[in-house]
Formats: sequence, structure tokens, C-alpha cells
Amino acid sequence: MVKRLVVGAHYGFRDWLVQRVTGTVMAFFTVYMLVRIAALPAWDNAAWRALMSGGFTKFVTFLFALSLFFHAWIGVRDIWMDYVKPISVRLTLHAITLLALTGYAGWVAQILWRL
Amino acid sequence: MAEATVRKARPKHLNLMQIRLPLPGFVSILHRISGIGLFLCLPVLIALFGASLGTPEQLECYRQAMAFTLLGLPVVKLLLLGLLWAYLHHFCAGIRFLLLDMHIGIELAPARASAMAVLVISLSLTAFLGVLTW
Repeated sequence: MVKRLVVGAHYGFRDWLVQRVTGTVMAFFTVYMLVRIAALPAWDNAAWRALMSGGFTKFVTFLFALSLFFHAWIGVRDIWMDYVKPISVRLTLHAITLLALTGYAGWVAQILWRL
Repeated sequence: MAEATVRKARPKHLNLMQIRLPLPGFVSILHRISGIGLFLCLPVLIALFGASLGTPEQLECYRQAMAFTLLGLPVVKLLLLGLLWAYLHHFCAGIRFLLLDMHIGIELAPARASAMAVLVISLSLTAFLGVLTW
């Protein structure tokens, strides 16, 4: 019988790389958005809405959100793996984390493409 | 190999209150704490983001949330200020980790200096952006 790990860090290098790629994407997005917001004609809701309604802004904001959720999944999973030892509890937390992040992705898409 | 090494019983200090964390370790644990804080507050952040771009009723909810006070304290704004720090710390410490991955600043002295820079820059940026957007 093969002994399989239900949860555990057996996907090290790929996740290490994903963490860095998504982090870099978010860092560039942060600077880009700060510049766009600083350049707004006025700091009111109309200008904010106009900025977020732009096709390119929606696209990069959604990319940011997906990077964030992927990044959060790896980071939070590592925290569960460090501090939660019983496998049943750990697996449950992993599942809840993944379900929440998947739901958030749909929520952000809905906010953006309603505009 | 008959090498007898007498092992001295060393004191173990696994008590978190007794371990003195070096500055880079401090930045590292704050990276983790800021990350989990941001993760836990994601629903609040997405809800506020959505309300700020939603229907006039939702926008009104957003304005009320921003003006909400508890015992005279603007708790939502204070939470957002805390999350702003968490984001900026995570951002600065993340860039530091990327540089360390590229073997930039891995000697002891630069590593300590960059850890200090992360703390100072993220706190300064929080104060600057906090005042600007309050």
C-alpha cells in the first residue's frame, strides 16, 4: 500500500515561484494604481468610478485580484501547516480557505463587470 | 572512531517571551501577521470596494461605514488604517525578500539595515497615505 500525504508541503518549488510571480504582479499593480489615483482630476466618487470603469483598469484589477487570491492561498496554507497539526482540522481549514478565495474571485469579477 | 565529545547541557529558551528576535526576524514575523490580518479582512475590503462602486444605496452604505464610530472612535477608518500598514509592510518586506532571493544584501549588516528600512518606510508611508486619505 502506498502511503499518501493528504496535506503537506510536497509542491515546494512551484509554490515558491508562484508566490514571487504573484507578489511581483501585485507590486507593479500597486504602483500603477497609486499613479493613476494621484493623477485623477478630483478625488470624488465620480472620478473613482470613471477610473475603475476603464477596460484596461478592470483587466489589470482582476489580474491583481487573482494574483492576490493565489498568493493568499499559498501563504495561508503555509500558516495552517505550521501551526495546525491534526490532519482533519488542517484539511478542513485548507478547504475553507480555498472555498472562500474562490468565492472572493467571483465577487470581485461581479463588482468590476457591473460597471 | 572513539571520539568522545562531552555534550554540555545547553539551556533551551523556547519561551517566546524570552527569545530576543533579531530585526530581520521581527520583519519576518510581521510579514506573516500582516498577511493573515489582510486575509481575514478580505471580505470587509471587497465589500467596501464593491459598495464604493455600487448603486446609490450601496454608496450610502459605504459612506455610513466610513463615518461609523464606536465610543467616539471611527473604528472602520482605524481598521482600514491598520490594514493600510499591513499592506505596506507586506509590500516592503516582500520586495526585501525578493532582493534576498537574488542574493542582494544577504550579508549580516545590509540585511539588518534593510530590515530597519522596511519598518521605517512602511510606517512612514502609512502615516503619509493615512493623513492624505483620512
